[in-house]
Amino acid sequence: MKFLTTNFLKCSVQACDTSNDNFPLSYDGSKCQLEQDESIEFNPEFLVNILDRVEWSAILQVAADLGNTSLPPNKPIFEDKNSLNEDDMAILRDLHILLIQTSIVEGEMKCKNCGHTYYIKNSIPNLLLPPHLA
Amino acid sequence: MSDAQLKEQEYVHDVYNEIASHFSETRYKPWPIVTDFLMGQTMGSIGIDVGCGNGKYLAVNPNVFVIGSDRSEGLIGCAHGINSHYNVMVADGLHLPHKDNTFDFAISIAVVHHWTTRERRIAAIRHILSKVKKGGRALIYCWALEQKDSRRGYHIGMDQDVMVPWVLHATPSNSNNSSSNSSSSAKGKKHDHEKPDLTGIEPKDRAAFVTKWKQEREEQRAREKAEQDDLEKKNDDKESTTKYRFYHLYKEGELEEDCLQAGGSIVNHGYEKDNWYVITEKQ
Repeated sequence: MKFLTTNFLKCSVQACDTSNDNFPLSYDGSKCQLEQDESIEFNPEFLVNILDRVEWSAILQVAADLGNTSLPPNKPIFEDKNSLNEDDMAILRDLHILLIQTSIVEGEMKCKNCGHTYYIKNSIPNLLLPPHLA
Repeated sequence: MSDAQLKEQEYVHDVYNEIASHFSETRYKPWPIVTDFLMGQTMGSIGIDVGCGNGKYLAVNPNVFVIGSDRSEGLIGCAHGINSHYNVMVADGLHLPHKDNTFDFAISIAVVHHWTTRERRIAAIRHILSKVKKGGRALIYCWALEQKDSRRGYHIGMDQDVMVPWVLHATPSNSNNSSSNSSSSAKGKKHDHEKPDLTGIEPKDRAAFVTKWKQEREEQRAREKAEQDDLEKKNDDKESTTKYRFYHLYKEGELEEDCLQAGGSIVNHGYEKDNWYVITEKQ
């Protein structure tokens, strides 16, 4: 599961929707195994548009869960999306490595509201609920 | 669990897990209207494919980020095996683990017809639309009742709630009997055209050689045929089981009605490959 996917994952329990703690899920850094896939090509235009759709605070939280506290506190802003300068490109390249090339292959994530734990195995997160929670 | 949930567990979820790898082998060709819909999305937009199966639509447009989910762990495993770059997860279509009003688009291809009551089918469409931004669109496909010329031959006047068989052979690679028959008959033809190699045989001995050669070929072919028959018989005996999946066959206009009930507007609709489809927009 790509790092970017964590930005689109909340707890499946419907009752948690009334809480603000169901997103992002909390990742157990000691149990999460990360992998980087350098074969995924860098596409700056794609990434700029993806960033528009991303919740930056959730990126920061998950990165911190996984031991990365070096991200800027605010979402990077690009003055002119149609002509990205060198600095822009450097930022985008770093984000490409983090959001697109890095994935969690094994691990655990937990809802901060209900405490339910979900597992990631062989890169596949399982968000199904046991019958008593569904 | 309600009756509807139990029925879906037995006749949808369990079956797809059992037939996953065989089913996945038959699902590789994207349908044109789905491809057009995906290619029409702008660079860097995000979407969901609800009930993505083996993920055949996840890489159609490389410039969008699509998250595919399916209730079947087996099918999601197939998807990941086909392309490890697919963004896939195991999730329930009525409990999608995404925030509301998030995605630019959604697709759900040949999925909604598996819910066993109309209330649940409408709820499923409503749930998909809840994840899409205002003005975002979802493309929904469901199997049609009107498919008289298809292999199954469903048509108007039949019960719309049907159990559809899937014949599962013990050895998936040998599952198609007709193809193994045709390969053995092709082999037979090859034998017919073969000629004995007469190099180094004296002309006076040739007639006897040819007779002996023919006899040996005959025996060899009889042996091969017996082996082939045994193999086929074994395949037929060996737990060639039939699994049944529940489907609600949509009749003309019904999917539009369900989308309207789910709170969407109708942008486009039509019929393709024995299915009705609707592009519905979130209000």
